[in-house]
Amino acid sequence: MSSTGSGAGSGVIIAGAAETDHVGKLPGHSTLALHMEAARNALADAGLTIHDIDGIATVAQPGPVQVAHALGITPTWIDGTAVGGTSFLLHVRHAMAAIQAGHARTVLITHGESGRSRVGTGPYQFAPSSPVGQFEAPYGVAGPTTTFTIPVLRYMKECGLTHEQLAYVAVAQRRWAAKNPRAMFRDPITVDDVLASRIVAYPFHLLECCLVTDGGGALVITAADRAGDFPKPPVYVLGTGEASETPMISQMEDFTESKAIRLAGAAALAEAGIGVADVGHVMIYDAFAHLPIYGLEALGFVAKGEAGPFIAEGNTEPGGRLPLNTNGGGLSYTHTGMYGMFAIQEGVRQVRGEAAAQVDGPDISVVVGNGGMFATSGVLVLGRQPR
Amino acid sequence: MAGPDQASAAKAARPKAVPVPTPETQPFWDGCAAGELRLQRCLDCGKPYFYPRPACPACGSSNVEWFTASGDASLYSYVISHRPARGFEDEGPYAIAVVELAEGPRMMTNLAGVPATPEDLVLDMPLRVAFEPRGEMTVPVFTPAAAAP
Repeated sequence: MSSTGSGAGSGVIIAGAAETDHVGKLPGHSTLALHMEAARNALADAGLTIHDIDGIATVAQPGPVQVAHALGITPTWIDGTAVGGTSFLLHVRHAMAAIQAGHARTVLITHGESGRSRVGTGPYQFAPSSPVGQFEAPYGVAGPTTTFTIPVLRYMKECGLTHEQLAYVAVAQRRWAAKNPRAMFRDPITVDDVLASRIVAYPFHLLECCLVTDGGGALVITAADRAGDFPKPPVYVLGTGEASETPMISQMEDFTESKAIRLAGAAALAEAGIGVADVGHVMIYDAFAHLPIYGLEALGFVAKGEAGPFIAEGNTEPGGRLPLNTNGGGLSYTHTGMYGMFAIQEGVRQVRGEAAAQVDGPDISVVVGNGGMFATSGVLVLGRQPR
Repeated sequence: MAGPDQASAAKAARPKAVPVPTPETQPFWDGCAAGELRLQRCLDCGKPYFYPRPACPACGSSNVEWFTASGDASLYSYVISHRPARGFEDEGPYAIAVVELAEGPRMMTNLAGVPATPEDLVLDMPLRVAFEPRGEMTVPVFTPAAAAP
């Protein structure tokens, strides 16, 4: 093995990966049913059955015990890490450690969320005595659109990002979505269209905010020494990272950069033993249009302040040198509320060579997750070959 | 089914979210009720901090004390929400801001005494604390320093 990294990242593969049959508006599916459909599809993708699974990971609601029981799985390894939409990237990291420790052999990671139709799921809520309840809620915050967005004016002032460059993020991703039949929004848009859409939370317009959809996805993780045992090409988990920064956006250290993404990204790249120049495809969790900007800079793809112009110059859209959010992203493809699973799925499809908007043979895809409002991050380095 | 008039009346009556103190945050809320912005600082490393908690986030020491802050701040960042939260329905678009206190810590707040427009809300503009009711509680808000009494 010639790895320049720790080598720890070469030990597991994604053997199965699939989404629900459809994503979008699915009022006939509960959240639990979406988990189950995604799980069955991922097991079929790996050529496995429920009897092959000994580890389960998913977020609370409905939680790993409920999902495993509904599927008929009796797990002997359980991970319920629930740190927002990036949780599934952390589950992959934790599954890797468990498999290498001998605590599990084949782990199923599931996501399902009736984010739009709200079937079989409860309301979003937090206690009025929690820190958020005491120190943010009284000021009229109404979910991510009024919190995740707050840092951007500071970024614009300090780094020179323009309203047009922010709008262009949505334009670039729509160009990928146009190539993806499963994407909810596929019609081309212009910067003028974005800036003419209604303001949701200034400086953010509707087209700079993610969709709200129903759907799910699941993964099967196992040891790399079984790489030849499955119907689809193996996707090697070469590097992983995770970090948290703050549970409240108001307490983010520096509104112009994400510490959680920077730390998780640095750990993942180091574990894989690669640099950003080795990366042929990248997914950055985009609940809002500024996320790809913060993500590109936190990973070091561009210097601070350069991501807005980099995207506006066409570098991340079809034909560009760094294909980014090639499914259309949360802005145009789908966003159930916890989008991280869909970012992983597109990374897997690109490395396998089976994406709807397939880019030219990326050997390495980097998937950058976000949880909460810059609260947490997980990052995965996925590869066609072991290192 | 409630008629349109009843529905809008019920909607208008919904209150803004009211904070519920915990033992470690009670001194902060007592300060607000008394018209003072109270923060904590570390007696070992000297660093002031917010939100209230029993140990210093900079060095881990639990040797901390409360003090009354100056009430001076500057506008660090904000959004203007066009999707009102509960209790904000009648205000039109309103600013949700993060201010940087003169002592260093930042906090979320609302801005009072100034129109919620990008032209009127300029980053780094000087602000001064004021207080507003939320139910039985009092919360700190900020107003342009030039307009403060």
